[in-house]
Amino acid sequence: MPDNRLLLLSESDNVLVALGPVATGAHRASDGNILHVEESISFGHKVARRPIGKGEKIIKYGVSIGSALCDIVAGRHVHVHNMKSDYTPTYALEQTAGGRDDA
Amino acid sequence: MLEGFVRADGRKGIRNLVAVAYLVECARHVANEIVLPYRDSGAQVIGFPGCFPNEYAQMMMERLCTHPNIGAVLLVSLGCESFNRFALERIVAESGRPVDAIVIQKSGGTRSSIEAGRQWVEKAMADVESVPRAPMEVGDLVIGTICGGSDATSGITGNPAVGLAFDRLGAEGATCIFEETGELIGCEQIMAQRASTPQLGAELTRSVEKAARYYATLGYGSFAAGNAEGGLSTIEEKSMGAYAKSGAAPINGLIKPGDIPPRGGLYLMDVVPDGEVRYGFPNINDNAEIAELIASGSHVILFTTGRGSVVGSAISPVIKICANPVTYKRLSEDMDVNAGRILQDAGLDEVAEEIYELILDVAAGGRTKSEALGHAEFILTYKSFEPIGPACLPV
Repeated sequence: MPDNRLLLLSESDNVLVALGPVATGAHRASDGNILHVEESISFGHKVARRPIGKGEKIIKYGVSIGSALCDIVAGRHVHVHNMKSDYTPTYALEQTAGGRDDA
Repeated sequence: MLEGFVRADGRKGIRNLVAVAYLVECARHVANEIVLPYRDSGAQVIGFPGCFPNEYAQMMMERLCTHPNIGAVLLVSLGCESFNRFALERIVAESGRPVDAIVIQKSGGTRSSIEAGRQWVEKAMADVESVPRAPMEVGDLVIGTICGGSDATSGITGNPAVGLAFDRLGAEGATCIFEETGELIGCEQIMAQRASTPQLGAELTRSVEKAARYYATLGYGSFAAGNAEGGLSTIEEKSMGAYAKSGAAPINGLIKPGDIPPRGGLYLMDVVPDGEVRYGFPNINDNAEIAELIASGSHVILFTTGRGSVVGSAISPVIKICANPVTYKRLSEDMDVNAGRILQDAGLDEVAEEIYELILDVAAGGRTKSEALGHAEFILTYKSFEPIGPACLPV
């Protein structure tokens, strides 16, 4: 039974979206594949579906939403610390950006 | 059957409000005090704080004071500001609405201006009762949409649900407006393919490229810290979510703030100023965008939020659609629609249907959560625009 807490929005995406807090460990994503999540992920945040190389596009909704700043291992949190916009820099507050105190 | 308040220009309103408009910050307190006793019975404050003249602000105030939801207008001037109160008063009078101006420097100061203003508002509220009413159809409605306080749920639940509602409203002849070209950065190519003509498609692309340049010069995108807390990492990720509000119908035109769409259909509003970067950020907050959607005739605003905005607006009711089920639980008194149900047990079409029905209910006089709570935010700041080009509104 798929754990719908990890949502695949489009077949070509290299990230999944957490539809609730996701703990470290093995989870079955909405596409049926099992992913070992390497760190706890907050609701709404992204996790790498497969290894992503430095400079590679991050694909969500089937389109590029930016580029990886470093190599990202499958199961890691994908966010402002390891990816960037290809347009304008993202402004975030370091106290809240991780979403750790959210929900 | 809906019933609207008929205005001399043929447009119909779903509210019949008295606007008290300050023409410089120095007159704002008097305007607020005039409205205070009547703020729950149909009087609202709008205005422009600046003392320097600005064509955009003058035009915005003219469009807002002659909006179909407005029945009468009282201008409150300090007396020495540059705003052209004479032109505004003439345009409101020509629209068939009761209008008057109180000039504080000539009317004896704060107390006597407030007293005179309250007497005028009381009479105006009685006068607008006699405005004729006529049947109104879905095709008469202008609906604007905006997202604020977005998070990762916005693009999965609330925004696609609004998109579906927009598709249905547009098919029934309504006018639908989406906006914030700065939050469509990254979507310009796919959006241009939906334009009704290739020339319009090129204009849509150019408007987003202009926004990208504008924000790059300012050093920040249209992206707040809370967006990142909610899981969004970049402006293009936020854009893809925001873009979903536009639905799937062809895009019929590109307008700028205050342009009234000539017929039903789907329109993009270009809210980023033209020319060199000046006066600061294009829209300093969500209410600046809401005021622009209303200036272009929006009767109702669909406001999707993930983090949880609580704002409403002067002039037109704001329906708040909460994309995030956790936020909805925390802020349910402020939210009209729980689109976060889509992550649990509801279909997109079910929530879209709820939004559609709620628009009809609000158009028939039903109060939104923000209206019932007394929210009537308003802000207007400096901007500069060139008129739209001929390719923007294909016939």
